[in-house]
Amino acid sequence: MDHPFAITLDVGSSRANKTGSWRTERPLYVHNQPPCNRACPAGEDVRTWLYDAEEGGDAYERAWRRIMEVNPFPAVMGRVCYHPCETGCNRGQLDEAVGINSVERFLGDEAIRCGWQVTVDQPSSGLRVLVVGAGPSGLSAAYQLARLGHEVTIIEAAAKPGGMMRYGIPEYRLPREVLDAEIQRILDLGVHLQLGTTVTDLDATMREGRYDAAFLAVGAQLGRRAHLPAGTASHVVDAVALLHHLGEGDRPMLGRRVAIYGGGNTAVDAARTAKRLGAEESVVVYRRTRERMPAHDAEVREAEEEGVRFTWLSSITQVEEGSLTIERMELDETGFPQPTGVTEQLPADSLVLALGQDSDLRFLDGVSGIEVDHGVVTVDEQMMTGRPGVFAGGDMVPDQRSATVGIGHGRRAALGVDAWLHGRTTAQPDDAAPAEFEALNTWYFADAPRAHRPLLEAVRRSSTFDEVVQSLDADSALYEARRCMSCGNCLSCDNCFGVCPDNAIIKTGDPDTPYLIDLDYCKGCGLCAAECPAGAIRMAPEDI
Amino acid sequence: MTDLKLYQVGTFAAGNRLVDLELRSVQAHADRANSITSGHRACQGCGEALGARYVLDAAMRAAGGDVVVANATGCLEVFSTPYPESSWQVAWLHSLFGNAPAVAAGMAAGLRALGRETRVVGQGGDGGTVDIGFGCLSGMFERNDDVLYVCYDNQGYMNTGVQRSGATPPAARTANTAPLGPEPGNAFGQGKSAPLIAMAHEIPYVATATVADLRDLERKVEKAMSIRGARYLHVLVPCPLGWAAASSDTIRLARLATESGIFPVFEAEYGEVTAATPIRRPVPVDEYLRLQGRFAHLFGKHARPDLVARIQAAADRNIVRFGLVEAEPRTGS
Amino acid sequence: MFEQLEGSRAVAKTVARCRPAVIAAYPISPQTHIVEALSDFVRTGELPGCEYLMVESEFGAMSACIGASGVGARTYTATASQGLLFMAEALFNASGLGLPIVMTVANRAIGSPINIWNDQSDSMSQRDAGWVQLFATSNQEAVDLHVQAFVLAERLSLPVMVCMDGFVLTHAVEAVDLPEQAQIDAFLPPFAPRQHLDSRDPITIGSMVGPEAFTEVRYLMHDQQLAALDELPRISQDFESVFGRDTGGLVRPYRTEDADVIVVALGSVLGGVNEVVDALREDGVAAGSLGITCFRPWPAEAVRAAIGPARQVVVVERAFAPGVGAIVGQDVRHALRSAPGDGPAVYDVVAGLGGRPVTRASLRGLLDDVVAERLDPHELHFLDLDHELLERAGTPWRRTS
Repeated sequence: MDHPFAITLDVGSSRANKTGSWRTERPLYVHNQPPCNRACPAGEDVRTWLYDAEEGGDAYERAWRRIMEVNPFPAVMGRVCYHPCETGCNRGQLDEAVGINSVERFLGDEAIRCGWQVTVDQPSSGLRVLVVGAGPSGLSAAYQLARLGHEVTIIEAAAKPGGMMRYGIPEYRLPREVLDAEIQRILDLGVHLQLGTTVTDLDATMREGRYDAAFLAVGAQLGRRAHLPAGTASHVVDAVALLHHLGEGDRPMLGRRVAIYGGGNTAVDAARTAKRLGAEESVVVYRRTRERMPAHDAEVREAEEEGVRFTWLSSITQVEEGSLTIERMELDETGFPQPTGVTEQLPADSLVLALGQDSDLRFLDGVSGIEVDHGVVTVDEQMMTGRPGVFAGGDMVPDQRSATVGIGHGRRAALGVDAWLHGRTTAQPDDAAPAEFEALNTWYFADAPRAHRPLLEAVRRSSTFDEVVQSLDADSALYEARRCMSCGNCLSCDNCFGVCPDNAIIKTGDPDTPYLIDLDYCKGCGLCAAECPAGAIRMAPEDI
Repeated sequence: MTDLKLYQVGTFAAGNRLVDLELRSVQAHADRANSITSGHRACQGCGEALGARYVLDAAMRAAGGDVVVANATGCLEVFSTPYPESSWQVAWLHSLFGNAPAVAAGMAAGLRALGRETRVVGQGGDGGTVDIGFGCLSGMFERNDDVLYVCYDNQGYMNTGVQRSGATPPAARTANTAPLGPEPGNAFGQGKSAPLIAMAHEIPYVATATVADLRDLERKVEKAMSIRGARYLHVLVPCPLGWAAASSDTIRLARLATESGIFPVFEAEYGEVTAATPIRRPVPVDEYLRLQGRFAHLFGKHARPDLVARIQAAADRNIVRFGLVEAEPRTGS
Repeated sequence: MFEQLEGSRAVAKTVARCRPAVIAAYPISPQTHIVEALSDFVRTGELPGCEYLMVESEFGAMSACIGASGVGARTYTATASQGLLFMAEALFNASGLGLPIVMTVANRAIGSPINIWNDQSDSMSQRDAGWVQLFATSNQEAVDLHVQAFVLAERLSLPVMVCMDGFVLTHAVEAVDLPEQAQIDAFLPPFAPRQHLDSRDPITIGSMVGPEAFTEVRYLMHDQQLAALDELPRISQDFESVFGRDTGGLVRPYRTEDADVIVVALGSVLGGVNEVVDALREDGVAAGSLGITCFRPWPAEAVRAAIGPARQVVVVERAFAPGVGAIVGQDVRHALRSAPGDGPAVYDVVAGLGGRPVTRASLRGLLDDVVAERLDPHELHFLDLDHELLERAGTPWRRTS
């Protein structure tokens, strides 16, 4: 067509006008640290494996492998972890935290169901590492070390591996076939496991085994005793022992009425176990209030549903056959319980003490360089003790005591061992800025209440050791994964691409870098950053 | 789990890597028409540039790219076609300030006479639509011409220095409604609701939308394009310049306008309201007003809570009138 | 074939045979029967394939024409008087965009005071709108010029007004030889627009042009309009060869070859003027007339050539420009700028405003005064001015220039 001069123009010719010169700020895609990742003691990249899992189908395996990079126990942790990730989850400020733990469990179970395996991708280093203790921390370390190409031997005192996962956590919370499957996967990497063997002299064991390094994770297996005046006929057991027996397949006799003394998770486990062992009454006696109880709320709630009773602000002063004397307590200004002198009787056929646990560190006697302080072993950032080449983790070092923490220790120590063996220092974790809730644009997230895992009906729960908390079905797991807001990281929602009034976002098609800013045209209005649901874009001043 | 609403960003973001391509917004597609492309001279964060691309890209998709556009004089025209550069990538004609509906009607007639299937979109700002072009618009409605007419409402004459239009809201500061005297800013009154007047013509389709709810906007364009006859779409497009707001707040302001009830989002067929978009997260009008310099005189040292209350009352009336609050929260559609 | 037809109907039938694709018009006064008849033709199928838009205003009418022409449809409308003024903004736009719209202007007065009768103030007021303006002296010529107007408009991508005196022509029943459909089809090819909106080959029409190119754009428009001065005579010749009627091209000289005094006029008044010229000739006065068919672009050369060595030129205008007087007269003087010697005396005579008849007697009286040099060529003259009415209004005749 013959176009008249000036009044008719060619389409798209304005692209000659580079409006990027107007800009005083430019958008940058960030990778901030989501609170779930920040909170995970095992060091999982939760946001990213949820991102994978959101796709469903084949992507479940990718998500599972991403968990497996740091944690070899997704199915176990998906059951027993107290999920600080969820406590930190930004979605909790919007509606309810994402059920990260249930998704992890779903993925872990999928892996077992589908028989997904991991492999050792490194050539053999020819180096031998000793791991003492086949609990979560020791197994975690062994797993990582094996994958790094080292020859690993675990020496475990008990008859079966798993540590507190087997001997502390009742079966109704963690079915043994799940535990066995995940342990077996570690052993399948070629890890040697020596059961029923107690290391009594570390130096000797290392020397005889020609180990180049060691990781110690013997746990805290000794139940703390209280000095209670007790009659000779009184039946007093400690919770650790009770649960250990159970783990070995015994069904200890506790009687019709059982009292449990303590306020931690172990106390609740013991109380719920007592119910399952046939106790008509299972009463937790705790010196403070429910609010101050260290046991996790969900555990307490489930216990209550099963008929476990709680006697708050109570201290046991006397144990008789068939009865306990309980003194009422009151909290002082500092929140510490103080006796009131008021007592009452509580009928009880047996008393289970759940007052804390200690580590048995006698095998370290005489091992030079290792420092023990307040019953735990001092370690550095890489989990190395004062003795070069000897690392420690889990319940025997100063930290929170949980399986998840132990798994994190195991991995950190494994990396430390590997670096030490190769004469390197470990890489510093990059210090990404935290992904704050305020940086999100939560408008874009559909109102999606959390999918809660179904619970076994209460009647069955109080009489069997069947698993109480059930798995999410696949749809619910996917739904839950998709509730993740991907805090501080691009979730490929195309919103920046959509909201730019200047078409200055380029969609690359590359999943790793889905978008680029076209600086030729970006005027720096900031709409992409303001409207990014995930808070994954930051405006940075231009040098002008 | 094919139900889109269960995904993390629901239907509210432009795209979603997990759903089928056709379920994503038009704006999520790398091959969208980009009806108005880069290099235009709109201010940073221009709601109108954004709204025009949203609307026309959706119209282009609905019509298989077979669209011609008549554009009224105004910001949109000025910033997009200064010789020698055009930002349009659609067949586009600008005639005058007050005649875009008639030009569009003529286009539709011409195309029909020539036996072409090409669809016609007329568009303009609020001044060109509710003020100077209103006669032509009403004629287009009354004749039921086969045109989708789109008003990008930024509530004033902006590129000429922010003058008042018939769509300027009460109390707003403009170049000719200064915040002076006992009734600072624009006068309170019934205003001129072009959508309601359009409905009075009982045309097949009338809808309002904003740049804050892309999916809703695109759905309405798509629906409008599926209908023959006169259709009217009124899109709220915040103006950082005229509203004296941050350029990054454009979409947020549109969202707050709807969530406060100030701008009801609804659709109507043949004169009857058929649907209203419920408010999802209700906010008082303060939250909307405070972000805008044109309402600054209502706050601060010489605050006028009485005027804010009047604006709130108008918003509340919209909420009742259009049924903008529903019992069940929206989870996406 | 000759038919006894009202002028409007003759034009309507002819326009219909030009096969417009879109007609957009405002229906009422100031309007003629043209668009009513066309509306009937569209409804009855006599004008197939045409869309008829009954718009809400003349502004809407011209705007719809702009849209229709913009997508490549042959487009027609008609208006008059106030309606033309209400279109004014769109007129400039249509010409600026180079849209070949054809419009009939049934020339009528513009108010205030409101007056529905004939004069040419309306189209004269749009002199600079960038439209080609053709003036018909008779209904036959109106018919013939419409056919040529479509050819001219589409060849040059310019809008064309065909001006015909309201009532005097539009409502007069005369015998008209209507061009046959087949003849028109042969003469007027299907519309092939210079450019049009096409979704498959999109362009941006109607940009904003700043100081850097605005003058050039306007110059090009001028240049394009001037091309009509070459094109119209060609079309007119072609028309004559097909239809056998000489429409004169740019101007219609009548007995000017040896004339001492020449009357210049536009439109239907020329019939009466020519009768007076004949009478003067019979009385020994070497009189002639010059009808301006193409008022815009202004055919300066043709005007100068036709006037030749005449001593006196009387411009009879059915419009005037308050505050200065002549409109056409100024153009005539412009045409004569480069005439040899002092050139002729040019008399500006305002006549027939608001429907006042221009009688042969008045014209004869005027010309007798001119020939006798009783009129001052430096003054503006009003034909049949009612001095008594002016007295009554309290402002007696004072001066005219």
